[in-house]
Amino acid sequence: MKSVIAEDLVKTYRNGAVRALDHLSLDVEEGTVLSVLGPNGAGKTTCVRILATLLRPDSGRAMVGGIDVIKHPEKVREVIGLSGQYAAVDEILTGWDNLVMFGQLYHLGKKQAIARADELLERFSLTESAKRPIKTYSGGMRRRLDLAASLIVKPKVLFLDEPTTGLDPRGRQEMWSVIEELVKGGVTLLLTTQYLEEADQLADEIAVIDHGKVIARGTSDALKKQVGGERLEIVVEAHNVSKTMEIVASISGNKATLDEGLRMISAPVSTGATALIDTLRSLDTEGIHPLDVGLKRPSLDDVFLSLTGHAAEEKTTEEEVPSGRRKKAKK
Amino acid sequence: MSAFKDTMVITQRQLRLLTRVPEVLIFSTIQPVMFVLLFRYVFGGSIDTGQPGGYVQLLMPGIFVQTVAFTLAGTASGLAEDLKKGLIDRFRSLPISQSALVIGRTLGDSLLNIVVLAVMGIAGYIVGWRPSSGVINVAIGFIFLLLFGYALSWVGIYVGLSASDARVVQNVSFIITFPLTFLSNAFAPTTGMPRALQYFAEWNPVSTMVAACRELFGLENQFGATAGSFPSENPLLTSFIYMLIIMAIFIPLSVNKYKRAAD
Ligand SMILES: Nc1ncnc2c1ncn2[C@@H]1O[C@H](COP(=O)(O)OP(=O)(O)OP(=O)(O)O)[C@@H](O)[C@H]1O
Ligand SMILES: [Mg+2]
Repeated sequence: MKSVIAEDLVKTYRNGAVRALDHLSLDVEEGTVLSVLGPNGAGKTTCVRILATLLRPDSGRAMVGGIDVIKHPEKVREVIGLSGQYAAVDEILTGWDNLVMFGQLYHLGKKQAIARADELLERFSLTESAKRPIKTYSGGMRRRLDLAASLIVKPKVLFLDEPTTGLDPRGRQEMWSVIEELVKGGVTLLLTTQYLEEADQLADEIAVIDHGKVIARGTSDALKKQVGGERLEIVVEAHNVSKTMEIVASISGNKATLDEGLRMISAPVSTGATALIDTLRSLDTEGIHPLDVGLKRPSLDDVFLSLTGHAAEEKTTEEEVPSGRRKKAKK
Repeated sequence: MSAFKDTMVITQRQLRLLTRVPEVLIFSTIQPVMFVLLFRYVFGGSIDTGQPGGYVQLLMPGIFVQTVAFTLAGTASGLAEDLKKGLIDRFRSLPISQSALVIGRTLGDSLLNIVVLAVMGIAGYIVGWRPSSGVINVAIGFIFLLLFGYALSWVGIYVGLSASDARVVQNVSFIITFPLTFLSNAFAPTTGMPRALQYFAEWNPVSTMVAACRELFGLENQFGATAGSFPSENPLLTSFIYMLIIMAIFIPLSVNKYKRAAD
């Protein structure tokens, strides 16, 4: 059964000047994870807000948990959990205050709301900071609290809008393991992300969106296949480059390409590991010792590039200019 | 029933915010107390009131009304802040009564007014304010003030939901409340104003509120050009009608706007 269905959703802003969703359709099978992958401005948040009853589409149809989102938003709200792109908790109140308040709003009763708050704080490793105002929390703690708030009453369908944007690698890892645990618990999850590896890691299925449309969907493997097979990549010392290129070309049966800067030779191969072993053997015979060697499957970055003609994150650097990125640009 | 409980949870939140950031409470009371002192000692000497007890008797009702009028700004900016932080999105995704959030907020802001009015009353007493009408009338006067603040906080909800930016909300609120409080009888008699303004001032809800409070606190009202007009003859009734009109317009408007904040 499909837990989430979106059909032909259209949403425009500013009286039609901005077309955020342009006949977007997707669905999520019950108990699975769909990752909606797209660059800034692709329409991810708009899509989530519509499914979570916060926004009405101009046209189209949406069902969540078998309930029509437009006709019965109040019923949909009983089965969903939402954690928006920006942690939506009361900054001034403490973590505990927030969870108890939301628990009461879910009609748990004061005692039960308190018990549930304690339980969730424990589970998200926030017990120690439970009595501190949220504004003293780190970005990762805030996100975890926000997620906790959306899990007070175990939702059937969970929407997470860019749950790890802005987190450091450790925070992201933590968030991933929390999400993986939730998924094991059987929740249906629709998750948006700009990170290709995140979709790869968490999702059963991926819908790539750009300019408000789904431009590709399938499993991570299927999408990668769509872009092409594996590539053999070898890095050697400069004086071995030309000989290595010959060997690689003859074994792969394809033209080898050279990345001069990295001294990396690569070529598409169809026989995978066999090609790799053959190549290493030949190099060994020639007395060439590769510095690095590998078989690379196309990344979702490659998928994005080949689908949209631009890299997934290229817009990000223009729009956000956090100090970390600026350094990169200088190099 | 659950709508009522939801509302109470939100009201509690408003109150808890005050305990977590006591500065809000402190500054919401310091400001009006400062006004009391400034007006009492700066203008008090130069305005001849012809009333027993001096200017401070006339001043206090004016400052009370001005203070509750600023509830509009407080409600509006608090709501705009929640909107900006995405908190409203979270509330709206919960299976709760959709009006609970706005009703709870208006109630919470009114409770804040109780504290502020109490502190001001004490400050006024210290600088010589002595209502002469007995406890019951004074109590009715304060209830009236709270009601007026409550009605205006609904206008605040509307402003908070309408503007796109918290600073705009501040400005809009002041643009609404400043002319109303100063083009009134709150701080000086209207008799010195140009005739056209006098009419505006006498019909201005702030003036009718001030006049009503003065009456309840045992003072005589002075009117210029409009002496004998309906609002000057019936300030209490007029104010009450104003409150009903404000609420009749802005409660449905604001609740509706909140529900459709999505589109
Ligand atoms: N309230 C609004 N008014 C006008 N335009 C809007 C509004 N909200 C979104 N848009 C526009 O709609 C498009 C889709 O926005 P949306 O927020 O859904 O993208 P997104 O995929 O979530 O982007 P991001 O990765 O930056 O969060 C963008 O072009 C955006 O500028
Ligand atoms: Mg977004």
